[in-house]
Amino acid sequence: MTDSWRQPRRLLLLALGALTVFFLMAPTLVVVPMSVTASNALTFPPEGFSTRWYEKMLTDPQWSSGFVNSAQVAFLTAVLATVLGTLAALGTVRGRFPGKSAVNALVLSPLIVPVIIIAIGMFSLFVRWKISGSIAGLVLAHTALAVPFVVINVATSLRTIDRNLELAAMNLGADPVRTFRRVTLPLILPGVLAGGLFAFITSWDEVVVSIFLTTARFRTLPVEMWEQVRQVVDPTVAAVATTLLAVTTSLLLLVLVVRRQAPAR
Amino acid sequence: MSARSRHWGAAPDRPALALRNLSKVFGDVPAVDGVDLEVRQGEFITLLGPSGSGKTTTLRMIAGFTLQSGGTIEIDGVDMGHVPPYRRDVGMVFQNYALFPHMTAAENIAFPLQMRRVGRPEIKRRVADALGLVKLEGLGQRYPRQLSGGQQQRIAFARAVVFNPRLLLMDEPLGALDKKLREALQLEVMHISRQLGATVVYVTHDQDEALVMSDRIAIFSRGRIEQLGTGEDLYERPASLFVADFIGESNILRGRFEPAGDGGWLVRDPWRWQVGAAAAARASLEGGSAAALVVRPERLRIVGVDAGPGLATGVNAVDAIVRDVLYLGSMRKFELVLPDGNAAVVRQQRGGGGHEGRAGDRVRLTWAVDDGVLVADPHG
Repeated sequence: MTDSWRQPRRLLLLALGALTVFFLMAPTLVVVPMSVTASNALTFPPEGFSTRWYEKMLTDPQWSSGFVNSAQVAFLTAVLATVLGTLAALGTVRGRFPGKSAVNALVLSPLIVPVIIIAIGMFSLFVRWKISGSIAGLVLAHTALAVPFVVINVATSLRTIDRNLELAAMNLGADPVRTFRRVTLPLILPGVLAGGLFAFITSWDEVVVSIFLTTARFRTLPVEMWEQVRQVVDPTVAAVATTLLAVTTSLLLLVLVVRRQAPAR
Repeated sequence: MSARSRHWGAAPDRPALALRNLSKVFGDVPAVDGVDLEVRQGEFITLLGPSGSGKTTTLRMIAGFTLQSGGTIEIDGVDMGHVPPYRRDVGMVFQNYALFPHMTAAENIAFPLQMRRVGRPEIKRRVADALGLVKLEGLGQRYPRQLSGGQQQRIAFARAVVFNPRLLLMDEPLGALDKKLREALQLEVMHISRQLGATVVYVTHDQDEALVMSDRIAIFSRGRIEQLGTGEDLYERPASLFVADFIGESNILRGRFEPAGDGGWLVRDPWRWQVGAAAAARASLEGGSAAALVVRPERLRIVGVDAGPGLATGVNAVDAIVRDVLYLGSMRKFELVLPDGNAAVVRQQRGGGGHEGRAGDRVRLTWAVDDGVLVADPHG
């Protein structure tokens, strides 16, 4: 009785869920078929099949330099944010000092403060410091945006490891540095790596701050796309978008794999 | 002098550990309140007490994980006041083992040796020795999660002794194991510690474990050491009502103490019981003060009420009603009610020729005067 009553409700729920997923995914995935169109215009549905937009993406120096710039900035951001974020997480989880919650809130604030405000603030400051339009400037800006992701991931890992393991290490003769290197770090490594990947992704598809801090001579991929879409509507943009999407998706899958690798306790 | 006896067994005249007026306050709650304790070289000492009595906090202060609020800790005559845990040279076994999950058993045991920059070949040799010591040869390449609870605890023990620490601290190390395994490991830990000549400070709330393993036991209550002595001291000559009640089963008769000659009487109308000279001297109570006489269940004999006035001198008696008779195989346990309504317990060996009381019988309990221990009654 109850089953036959439940059946239509289940179906409705399923349909609603599918619709939500479609609604969320469609605008993203629509670029994939658009990137293999044979026509010269950015249209949906695509006409014919061709890989020439991918060829153009790889041969056009503007696109390929954007790709290299983005990869460089994202890599450096990931390294810097991982180091700083891990240290910040250690301090806020293990440390005991006055104003700890204020420091924690400050570190996580880039998640909440509107990006456009951060962008304008950084732009005016970086221009004065003369690091606007440089790799260094953009890496610093992206690091500020990416650190919260590292802090959250590492702090979660730190809270799950048994404090007695660190006490045992010290008891057995390891000073704080060696305790961290030999015991704490290996145990939180999945969290650190996940945080690093999130930092990479944060920088990889960041566009608002990048628009302010890049110049015609130094552009990242998302900024290049933004410029191109405004001028010519050429299906190469769809090819680039698909590439960006592929990289981000594989990195997110990697995060899932890394998290699974957490050592059994 | 061999390398092994560098710490253990060295300087037998100096205490391996000395706690003086040690205290710890959390907020304004005293967790440890003026503990004095000297542990001899090679001694196995147990801190025993109910949870929250301060025994674990004391152990953590010795390890250096918690800073004391007052008093001093000396290990081998050296003040540990500002010595961080990693320079105290003290091994510790944790209740939950605290084995490093990302290292094999052998790597876990090698860890303290690597921290001391011992050479590779010697590490290899000593890890093998330690695995042999705990009878886990061949399991060195397993990860902790591939070992049973008992095996993990042996590895934790091997890791804590492999570097010949000055002291071995153990915090309820067998608490998470089942009864049979726990009893087997009690003997093993005791034998290995003795074989190594280790000085051990062991924390437990299990009195049987304490009695089996320890040279001496410190009974903790509310942040203080209530009594320090051998298991026999504590069982046969408890110094307070708390210890009498905490260790083993006790029959407690309350009354007022009246001195007479070397000994005296514990009076509770219409009864009065003689107190032996030794018991009176140990308790050293003022005349008229509230006191209690403690008699262990196996020291009581059950006789008929009609045994009456013909009691021999040097024997005390009190009447009781049998409530239950429990058959426990090698012995019989009687649960009785005293005239004042308090419970009493008698244990009788089988074939001991005692009275065959049945539930509901009125009986008389007798005991030798020297089997009664006099203590102050703080609630009297």
